[in-house]
Amino acid sequence: MSLDQADPAALPAAGPATRKTGRTAGGGAGRRGHDRRAGRWWTPWLFLAPALLLFLYFKFIPMVSALTMSFQDVQPYLGNKWVGTENYATVLQSAGFREAAWHTIVLAVGQTAGSMALGLALALLMEGQGRRLGFVRSAAFLPVVVPIAVVAELWRIMYHPTADGMLNSLLGLVGFGPSGFINDPDSSMASIMLTGIWRGAPYDMMIFLAGLTSVDRGLYEAAKVDGASRRQRVWHVTVPGLRSVFSILFILAAIRGLRVFTEVFLLTNGGPDGSTEVVMTLIYKLGLEQNRLGVGAAGAVLLFLATLILTVVVHLLRRRESK
Amino acid sequence: MNAPTETALGLTESRSPGGRILKAVTYLLVLIVFAGPLLALLVSAFGHVKDPTQLSIVPTGATLDNFKIAFDQGVLAYLLNSFFVVGFGLLLQVAVSVLAGYALARKVFPGMTVVLVAILATLMLPEEILALPLSLILSDLPVVHFNLIGTLAGMIVPLGAWGFSILVMTEFMKDVPRELEEAARIDGAGDLRIFAQIILPMCKPALGVIGVFGFTMIWDQYLLPLLVSTDSSSYTLPLALRTLRIDPAVTPGVVMAASLLALLPSVIVFLFFQRSFVHGLSSGALKG
Repeated sequence: MSLDQADPAALPAAGPATRKTGRTAGGGAGRRGHDRRAGRWWTPWLFLAPALLLFLYFKFIPMVSALTMSFQDVQPYLGNKWVGTENYATVLQSAGFREAAWHTIVLAVGQTAGSMALGLALALLMEGQGRRLGFVRSAAFLPVVVPIAVVAELWRIMYHPTADGMLNSLLGLVGFGPSGFINDPDSSMASIMLTGIWRGAPYDMMIFLAGLTSVDRGLYEAAKVDGASRRQRVWHVTVPGLRSVFSILFILAAIRGLRVFTEVFLLTNGGPDGSTEVVMTLIYKLGLEQNRLGVGAAGAVLLFLATLILTVVVHLLRRRESK
Repeated sequence: MNAPTETALGLTESRSPGGRILKAVTYLLVLIVFAGPLLALLVSAFGHVKDPTQLSIVPTGATLDNFKIAFDQGVLAYLLNSFFVVGFGLLLQVAVSVLAGYALARKVFPGMTVVLVAILATLMLPEEILALPLSLILSDLPVVHFNLIGTLAGMIVPLGAWGFSILVMTEFMKDVPRELEEAARIDGAGDLRIFAQIILPMCKPALGVIGVFGFTMIWDQYLLPLLVSTDSSSYTLPLALRTLRIDPAVTPGVVMAASLLALLPSVIVFLFFQRSFVHGLSSGALKG
């Protein structure tokens, strides 16, 4: 499971918590004096060294070199040539990239909306306590922990395009004709989306369930006293109570959607007819199959900017809303 | 009286016949949709599935043939590679996280904010975007000039520092009472002893969280092994599934058998450490 999904989630946690413990530690002055006694100035840096060194090598240097590569004609062993913004022009003018960007957006939006809607529905239906309920919830969560490569191979077989394929025979039961699924340009995108929702919805469900426990029970009582219907209670009490969960899940899922690679690579590798080519599969092909590393890097930088803009916009919207 | 467990829909507490039926139908449907495909995988791994159309939830007989063929195709070696990567990767990741967490939680020093911001920045940076430069850097590490391409080490070290684990450890270590540390210091204990004998033993729940998350994170890696491996000798099991599938001599049953081996470790870890898992998931996401 791509639990790195959870990582940006920790972001909002760090800021307030830092301040919180500053207070609980009982005053900065006492702490500083104590630290002078405790150790030399380089002690914390010694403890941080392994992390900082690894980050430097595998995050910061690659980031900087992605930026420089995007302005260069990269030729390993021959030396790189500075080409200015040529790579960006190539990327932005290519129909292939624009199409891939569009596919990425469609996939990200569809998967995000689908997973959140289904995840919320599942959370509402399965909120509460009980052994049996816990079992069903655990079983529903399994797709999240199954490695993405396994999910792709499994769905690939389920999507077998003949009438006696697994999903097609189910469709046949309710009277729909066999679908080509990932083999048909008309349905390939929807099929990848469906697989993504199958794996994304249980994750969202767990986060919604955690959010539901923090909704004030007193408000449910008050709604009951006021004679609110079940639907009114969900719509006017529960949903507003989950607001912060919505925006966090939205950021997580949207970023996850923009960087989608493995499931597309394994299910269709961009095909049939380029109908599912996304930005990451295109970058992979440009960089590692055609050796156009500079152009690939320019695409990656653009993808990064899109992620960054999206995150900032959502944060700004949240801040304005809470004012 | 059902006040303490009042839920939004009120379905769970419902005792009426209609509510009971609705609950049963819902649970069954959820099981079929989300666990059904995995059940089909399990059944097919042990069944005679020669053709994609034979994938089914209904057992078609029990055989170990698929596993035999999978082992003939080298699946055991891929599985060992995966275990090697996850074992050493997790060890490195946990060690790096507890050390960094100690400095960030128990020390105040100039530049700390910069370090925290840098760690947060790594979390905002989707690793997919770094794929191309990372593959170049791994082929010739700056300064030391090692080539990690084609080695399992190349799949391990880039995962050594993970911002998520460091932040979880930092948060947790902040809550260890300062009095314990003061007492040890008066007794003449140095930082290393305080870290190893006082702080670390109190962080077992957090170690559970970063252990489980780290395990699934490393086990699920795909793009990194894809960039690093050059031939089948360095394939991890998830990577090998695709090669296995492309081989015309290999039936879907064999692919499912190999898939079962690839998913079992993470599912087992999830089932055993479910509490840590759910705890980390919700506390990480909801503090904002």
